[in-house]
Amino acid sequence: MKISATILTILAVLGLGGAALAAEELLGAGATFPEPLYSKMFDVYYSQTGNKVNYQGIGSGGGIQQILGKTVDFGGTDAFLTPEQLAKSPDNSLLHIPTAMGAVVVTYNLPGKPQLKMTPDVIAGIFLGGIKSWNDSRITGLNPGVQLPGDPIVVVHRSDGSGTTFVFTDYLSKVSPDWKNKVGAGTAVKWPLGLGGKGNPGVAGLVQQMKGAVGYVELSYAKKNNLPYAVVKNRAGNFIVPSIKSVSLAAGASMPDDTRVSITDTDAKDGYPISAFTWILVYQEQAYGDRKAGKAKALAKLLWWMTHEGQKYNADLLYAPLSGEVKTKAEKIIKSMTFNGQPILK
Amino acid sequence: MRRERLFRNLLRLAAWLVGLNVLVISITLFWGASPTLRHFGLGFLWSSHWNPVTDEFGALPFLAGTLATSFLALALSLPLSLSMAILLGEFLRVGWLSNVFKSLVDLIAAVPSVIFGYWGLMVLVPLVREAEMWLMPLGQSVGIEIMPYGVGVLTASLVLAVMIIPNTAAIAREVLELVPRDLKEAAYSFGATRYEVVRSVIVPYARSGIFAGILLSLGRALGETMAVTMVIGNTNEMPANLFAPANTMASVIANELAEATTAIHYSSLIAVGLVLFLVTTVINFIGTYIIKKMTVQA
Repeated sequence: MKISATILTILAVLGLGGAALAAEELLGAGATFPEPLYSKMFDVYYSQTGNKVNYQGIGSGGGIQQILGKTVDFGGTDAFLTPEQLAKSPDNSLLHIPTAMGAVVVTYNLPGKPQLKMTPDVIAGIFLGGIKSWNDSRITGLNPGVQLPGDPIVVVHRSDGSGTTFVFTDYLSKVSPDWKNKVGAGTAVKWPLGLGGKGNPGVAGLVQQMKGAVGYVELSYAKKNNLPYAVVKNRAGNFIVPSIKSVSLAAGASMPDDTRVSITDTDAKDGYPISAFTWILVYQEQAYGDRKAGKAKALAKLLWWMTHEGQKYNADLLYAPLSGEVKTKAEKIIKSMTFNGQPILK
Repeated sequence: MRRERLFRNLLRLAAWLVGLNVLVISITLFWGASPTLRHFGLGFLWSSHWNPVTDEFGALPFLAGTLATSFLALALSLPLSLSMAILLGEFLRVGWLSNVFKSLVDLIAAVPSVIFGYWGLMVLVPLVREAEMWLMPLGQSVGIEIMPYGVGVLTASLVLAVMIIPNTAAIAREVLELVPRDLKEAAYSFGATRYEVVRSVIVPYARSGIFAGILLSLGRALGETMAVTMVIGNTNEMPANLFAPANTMASVIANELAEATTAIHYSSLIAVGLVLFLVTTVINFIGTYIIKKMTVQA
């Protein structure tokens, strides 16, 4: 009895193995920011379709290099490619498909965890070192009801290169000419002052340890860890509480068809101004190397699923879902994928 | 006979593989660093500007950070690790207490560096911050600006000092135990005290071995990444003083490599790796030379 049961089990496993071989296995690598979301999405996708998707969070830089080297089926990035980077694959264009949105919030260590109001000038002033203490009139003027101490402000930034730093410095470059001239935007920059912490936990850890410290972290990280964060005045002049909704709304602004756009300092009326997309990178023409049509189709279907049914997992994991307008653009981009010149999805 | 030859050839092959490995690593580093070396030349070593936005790269702040933290850590740890080695190698060679001490020293070596970093961040950093608050007015009076950050060169050196104790302590203890008994007994028979025997016979006899242990400690301090990055403040500038935040070569590579999107940034990080590799090699060569000079001709 026991032996026949074992044989049955082995047969069952072999049978499943056979089914798994028939399904396609896709490989991706890149940005760490969407990794928790992708893990969840790919897990669900596997249980629904039997198609296995592996994603390695190695950083946007690595993701871009791997897709350019064609060692993965898709790359993940928090920063859209520059024209120079796009020019590295002249014979086959890379498509950007937005999958989720995130935001960066300004967090601080102040008694009573108040929700401070901040203007772009105040944020730039703090991170440039012009505003040195919490009872500076530029801060107290915006927050009349809040008791602010005279502690010196200790700036904490990310020490590791990151998409979060890119979004934050990209925002500051847009709102402050001074910042643009002295520092600029990038995944790593030359900070005028302050300490570096590794990752969101490193920044949050230093901020929580030091009275009067200020730093920037991802919205999802701040929410999960119950950190206080600032309400920021957007271009329309409204003070916006960072939330999944106000981040989604930030993309309402005029978007180019290839979605390669920075939406920081958005002109959307109710959009949170320090928001950004994260993208998946794929080649438009999928018949390259020794790729089979089946793999190309599986990839296009996966992307479609991620931008549609998959979107319902965004909010649970504190990522903002794509707005209807962005979804329409993503649909067009996915439909432009071809195999030997023939559209993959009809 | 055939098995003898097979065995010898296998050993040879393995040894060559190890040597080849080092060679391949250095070639890879040179290759990866070549765009930066061509672009900045030797100025890469002397420039203290590190600005990924404007593509200006210089390794000096990290070189300074690595050397400062490593040598300070060594200076802080030596009194402790050498005392431990002499105690266990001479005074307390057997017994349960000796075993407890030996196990504890080995335990330090077994603790992963991220645990040291975490301990540093949670325990040491607040303590250093308190000390810095207290030292702040004193510093001001002599013109040294001390900010009570808690993280910085000093904190990193303290964490490193603890981490590198076992490397020196374990090796020094073993060589101290190897000092021939007849040498020591000869000294005692002349009426030397225990202290005199340790000072004039045991330590001089074992000094090359002790130095080898110190060299290993230094090697660990130079290359340590995780524990340092958690407590050094990660500021890519020349440290103004002991209390200032800084960064090290290993730490900046670990921090920036994953998201280095431009080719020159990536290459510059590899060039920092090359500098670290060269610094370690040079220190090892000097060390080997000193060990040779020190070895007692028996």
